[in-house]
Amino acid sequence: MAFRSLALATRKTLTLGLNSTRLTQSRALQTFSLPDLPYDYGALEPAISGEIMQLHHQKHHQTYITNYNKALEQLHEAIQKGDSSTVAKLQSAIKFNGGGHINHSIFWQNLAPIREGGGEPPKGSLGWVIDTNFGSLESLIQKINAEGAALQGSGWVWLGLDKELKKLVIETTANQDPLVTKGPHLVPLLGIDVWEHAYYLQYKNVRPDYLKNIWKVINWKYASGVYEKESA
Amino acid sequence: MATSLNLTLFPSQGVLVNPGLPGPARTLPRTKPQRRFLRKGASNLITAKFELKPPPYPLNALEPHMSQATLEFHWGKHHKTYVENLNKQIVGTELEGLSLEDIVVVSYNKGDLLPYFNNAAQAWNHDFFWESMKPGGGGKPSGELLDLIEKDFGSFDQFVEEFKSAAATQFGSGWAWLAYRASEKDKKLEVVKSLNAVNPLVSDYFPLLTIDVWEHAYYLDFQNRRPDYISTFMEKLVSWEAVSARLEKAKVQAAK
Repeated sequence: MAFRSLALATRKTLTLGLNSTRLTQSRALQTFSLPDLPYDYGALEPAISGEIMQLHHQKHHQTYITNYNKALEQLHEAIQKGDSSTVAKLQSAIKFNGGGHINHSIFWQNLAPIREGGGEPPKGSLGWVIDTNFGSLESLIQKINAEGAALQGSGWVWLGLDKELKKLVIETTANQDPLVTKGPHLVPLLGIDVWEHAYYLQYKNVRPDYLKNIWKVINWKYASGVYEKESA
Repeated sequence: MATSLNLTLFPSQGVLVNPGLPGPARTLPRTKPQRRFLRKGASNLITAKFELKPPPYPLNALEPHMSQATLEFHWGKHHKTYVENLNKQIVGTELEGLSLEDIVVVSYNKGDLLPYFNNAAQAWNHDFFWESMKPGGGGKPSGELLDLIEKDFGSFDQFVEEFKSAAATQFGSGWAWLAYRASEKDKKLEVVKSLNAVNPLVSDYFPLLTIDVWEHAYYLDFQNRRPDYISTFMEKLVSWEAVSARLEKAKVQAAK
């Protein structure tokens, strides 16, 4: 199940004025595109409905990417013109839409159909470190779910690795803020989207039920892979 | 031509107002409010609890623009939960007996939100939201309200654009508002947007109209299409009578 690459670069010509004192360059502007899901929309049922997966991927994630690309293009122009006011003004759109792209790209990999290992507990070093830090996987899940349920409004709940302190952390971020906004050394292992669009059509206002059921399709293999790589 | 001021209210930034304006005109009650409903020893012990007020129309009355299913969940579950949880939080505290509006302002605490702010503000916001709509709503306001809109936004269409833009660009969960601001210098209408449960009461505005842009408000009917929901709200649901009535009250209050 190949991914389309996250970054589909469209390269503009890079020109350098070799003999002029003033350096003119048209920097390459990279645009982003929607990564394919590594499974069918219906493959996570009954934990997450196919209807939700399709809307979530094709509409919500796509919109973040479209708006991210637009904001980056506007930023590119503003930088070239030296328009600092616009550069500053664009930051929130970039954080929001870029964050949306980052977070959802991770999220699709955090999920897997049951027949492909979704829900299987983590083995190896991540499994061991979870037991050591939290007592058990159940205890970790309980804590993550409590944080996820308590989050006001829209956001994400994360299991992260603090690379500097070398420990696992549970964190929440608001809106589409990526985990790194909570700490520059934080690496996301697992994120659960608790925006209402992630569950509403199926679970309505009962976010705790969504949080209970999503663990049946959590892809611990991905989280373990990231953990092993980042804690090496 | 009014400044098209599009303010955003964030809890952590505290009160977002024009610098230089005088402080809040309305002060909170300093004396401990009377517990009007508490009778000790009575067999029916009535406490000052907030009740879930129904919308001023049946739950299917806004169809097809806002479905009965949406009302059943939005009012019957979300709004109900805010009210119930607020009651649990304030029982036995000195907040019992305060009006909902006062609890909202007190618990906003200059942006350092107290635990019951979310439930109180959302309870208030949703009452206000249901009353901002009516079956067969939409169209244009008239009279003094229209005059003020034209004065402060240039035209009704420009107001609509600004309101729709605020509603569409409130990232994540929140609300967009038409609000009345009365200061010594000026009395004018403004469009404001706010995050999560925050509302313009906390910045000393008089709210006149609101649209809920939390996803639960529109997801069953519109899924991700928030702009379509916003347009439908403006064209088919807004109760300009309610907005006008609120403006009248606001002007009276502001004159005090």
